[in-house]
Amino acid sequence: MKKFSEEKLKEVERLKARYPERQAPLLMILHMACDEFGYLDDEAYSYISELSGVPKSKVYSVATFYSMYNQKPYGRYHLQLCKNVSCMLAGADDIVKYICDKLNISPGETTPDNRFTLSLVECLGSCGKAPAMIINKEYYENLDIEKVDKILAGLK
Amino acid sequence: MELIVSKNFNKKDSYKLETYLAGGGYEAIKKCLDSMKPADVIEEVKKSGLRGRGGAGFPTGMKWSFVPKESSVPKYLAVNADEGEPGTFKDRLVLELDPHLLLEGIMIASYAVGIGTAYIYIRGEYKKAFDTVRNAIEECYQKGFLGENIFGKNYKLDIHVHAGAGAYICGEETGLIESLEGRRGQPRLKPPFPAISGLFMGPTVINNVETLAFVPSIINKGGEWFASIGTPKNSGTRLFGVSGSVEKPGVYELELGITARKLIYEICGGVKNGKKLKGFIPGGLSAPIMTAEELDVPLDFDSLAKAGSMAGSGGVIVIDESADIPKIAARTADFYAHESCGQCTQCREGTRWVSQLFNKIYQGRGQKKDIDLILDVCSNMMGQTICVLSDACAMPSIAFIKKFRHEFEALVK
Ligand SMILES: Cc1cc2nc3c(=O)[nH]c(=O)nc-3n(C[C@H](O)[C@H](O)[C@H](O)COP(=O)(O)O)c2cc1C
Ligand code: SF4
Ligand code: FES
Repeated sequence: MKKFSEEKLKEVERLKARYPERQAPLLMILHMACDEFGYLDDEAYSYISELSGVPKSKVYSVATFYSMYNQKPYGRYHLQLCKNVSCMLAGADDIVKYICDKLNISPGETTPDNRFTLSLVECLGSCGKAPAMIINKEYYENLDIEKVDKILAGLK
Repeated sequence: MELIVSKNFNKKDSYKLETYLAGGGYEAIKKCLDSMKPADVIEEVKKSGLRGRGGAGFPTGMKWSFVPKESSVPKYLAVNADEGEPGTFKDRLVLELDPHLLLEGIMIASYAVGIGTAYIYIRGEYKKAFDTVRNAIEECYQKGFLGENIFGKNYKLDIHVHAGAGAYICGEETGLIESLEGRRGQPRLKPPFPAISGLFMGPTVINNVETLAFVPSIINKGGEWFASIGTPKNSGTRLFGVSGSVEKPGVYELELGITARKLIYEICGGVKNGKKLKGFIPGGLSAPIMTAEELDVPLDFDSLAKAGSMAGSGGVIVIDESADIPKIAARTADFYAHESCGQCTQCREGTRWVSQLFNKIYQGRGQKKDIDLILDVCSNMMGQTICVLSDACAMPSIAFIKKFRHEFEALVK
């Protein structure tokens, strides 16, 4: 059964107290659910609906609008590489190609050992330190091939 | 030149309350609470000529004055820290390096408008910024700077952080309100304008992070002081985020009215590897591209608008001679096609068409008539939709073609 810990349930109550309307804390609760469960499935939606008092269909409709709420399991490390213009001008395409060749996957895919998923995403707000990517929640900036090699080697 | 919003960035532990206090922090809000009426605060901000740094450059004091003084329902401040405009990365620095400057700006704005609750909407990816701001808010509650009687005065203010979840459209002010209410971030039809009925149906002010970060200095030093910096209708400094093919990319606080030539060649060390400049995008990806011939246009709201582009978010993307404009155009249109919220047909279909046509041309599968088809589609995307994302796709697309048509023609049959 998918369920939050006591501590997380307290956090949900704290969140609810911050807003005058029932649905308002939903984005924050969805973040907590993704952190806890990895991704959102039918069971998670039922649980969030129960927890937030928002109908399940609405929870689903909101969650699927936003790109950060995972709808399926990803690899242990989710590489999100920026493909927008500043990163492109700084050589992001070469880095994408290098990672794809090295991991033998295309963007959107996960390695068979479930270690890495590669996604191409829009601007991350690191344009001055391009190219940039996020792995799980950490930023990695000023990327080049050497740096990418080192980063990947450190992720077991 | 005196730094205003970035003055604390290089201090050790700049994000801590004690550092902020040691630099004279929270004196401006105390001054407001002690000796200024809310209307005086609005007047001072009007006098400063401060214009919004989020995109539209709307006069801040005027925006605050649109909110009714008396309201039977609570009023709100929504702080826009969504920072999704490609090429923009400056609010992140304020959030991570000087959160208390933002909080003081929020306190003053709230006092001026009679607001008791503010929400800071931070894009979901900015985890460090989120944690830093949340901790700074916590420090303020502990000191009595937030909560029931702030600074021991008869004024109540709560500030909360709210995380976005990866949708550019939530940076649009009514999309942001929807998202703060826990819904899909789909912009609302106006009127009613947020100043009358916004967040939770209450009168609402929406301001960008950097805009609010200017406010404490304006109160401390006076609106006239601020108005004396920059150019007459474009007062003050702003944080320029420079990226792309440039030797020294980064965030620079400079006076409004500086030219692109000075910014790129003097401040940022010129085009990367000594290459020639092909063009630059002056205000985030939504701003129409400028050519190397337009380097002497001042980077302020009015001059850039007159030149057919816009100052937008202050994100300057530098493009050198080796870059393919059709490729940049395709990537730009892809972005808007991905981020359109889908409510308006012109935008939902238009962004997709433009993106498909640019990609077709860039990949060498296009025909000459596709170039004009893009212009035709774009002309139907402007001025007809719920929000201006549709225009934000059409305007740069038209500029890419009008200014670099030969590059598109070289690729088509
Ligand atoms: C599609 C779209 C995205 C926007 N994104 C942002 C953003 O990320 N940050 C921001 O401050 N303003 C953004 N804006 C502008 C806001 O709608 C609004 O004008 C601004 O936050 C007002 O604050 P200001 O007056 O202090 O600039 C965006 C506008 C549009 C149409
Ligand atoms: S213009 Fe586009 S993004 Fe804006 S409301 Fe309409 S469909 Fe949504
Ligand atoms: S364009 Fe890649 S971080 Fe902004």
